[in-house]
Amino acid sequence: MGEVIVVTSGKGGVGKTTTSANIGTGLAAEGHKVVLVDTDIGLRNLDVVMGLENRIVYDLVDVTSGNCRLKQALIKDKRFSNLFLLPAAQTKDKTAVSPEQMKILAKELKEEFDYAIIDCPAGIEQGFRNAIAGADRAVVVCTPEVSAVRDADRIIGLLEASELRNPKLIINRLRPAMVKRGDMMDISDILDILAIELIGVVPEDESIVVSTNRGEPAVMDQGSKAGEAYRRITRRIKGEDVPLMNLEVPSGIMDRLKRLVGIR
Amino acid sequence: MLEFISRMLGRESASSKTVAKERLRLVLVHDRASISPAMLNRLREDLVKVISNYMEIDEAALEFNLCQDDREVALVANIPVVKMKRDYASKG
Repeated sequence: MGEVIVVTSGKGGVGKTTTSANIGTGLAAEGHKVVLVDTDIGLRNLDVVMGLENRIVYDLVDVTSGNCRLKQALIKDKRFSNLFLLPAAQTKDKTAVSPEQMKILAKELKEEFDYAIIDCPAGIEQGFRNAIAGADRAVVVCTPEVSAVRDADRIIGLLEASELRNPKLIINRLRPAMVKRGDMMDISDILDILAIELIGVVPEDESIVVSTNRGEPAVMDQGSKAGEAYRRITRRIKGEDVPLMNLEVPSGIMDRLKRLVGIR
Repeated sequence: MLEFISRMLGRESASSKTVAKERLRLVLVHDRASISPAMLNRLREDLVKVISNYMEIDEAALEFNLCQDDREVALVANIPVVKMKRDYASKG
């Protein structure tokens, strides 16, 4: 029996789809049978992030409305034979699927896969309710910005109200140099406010743009810092105890100068 | 002179992250309690009205706030009583 994990955030643009793609690919790389489900109906993107956009025949709505069988809609990944994508419909809207249908789908996915990663749309309306309907666990993605933290707080409240207890937090796009200057909230500031358990910190990394351009998740790129962060998150999702990455900025000439003058 | 050097080297009185955190803290108290500051004010006025039926209170020193502790929000009121109103006290 597998597990359904929803990746959500409230605010758009904080990295839900990138996170879903990387966690899913990371779990598949560790040998698990994984399905990625894009529930952002009308604004599907997980297919392009995974580089599978040319292979779509059927979609999520076809499955939930009985137009095709689940197996027909699943797209096999290019890299891993144990990784699949169930794409969202692009021409319909969020009301084309109901939370009840998602619960049934989740049950079916759990029989077939070790992990089903649900990429949730932004917002707190029906798309969100669909995405969380069949989930066993939730991961909340948040960037170190006032607006993202506020929305994450709202989402955490809604998750708890719908009995998805103990959601885990991913802090995405952290810039250690800005944190050091005191111009960005750091990990402890955000944990202080949201009061949930941290499951990973992903540094801002240009390699994410490159990997998205190519349709190849950064978790596969051994040289990518964000990829390393996602590899660690993947192992934590499996229940392993993995230390946080060292995100310290090496001290530059200004720091040494400050120390010399004695104001640090 | 030293202050000038400090500023040159990027030391400021309040870093922007402190501002961000403080603003978040305030906005979340209201988000979590789903109550607007205007509503909170009306609640305060109503409460004062009701309490004043029973006792004389020091309105100037009254503290009335939504407080936040972890994921809980509490309404904390500190209301200094000047004296009890005898007629209500005797009626019981």
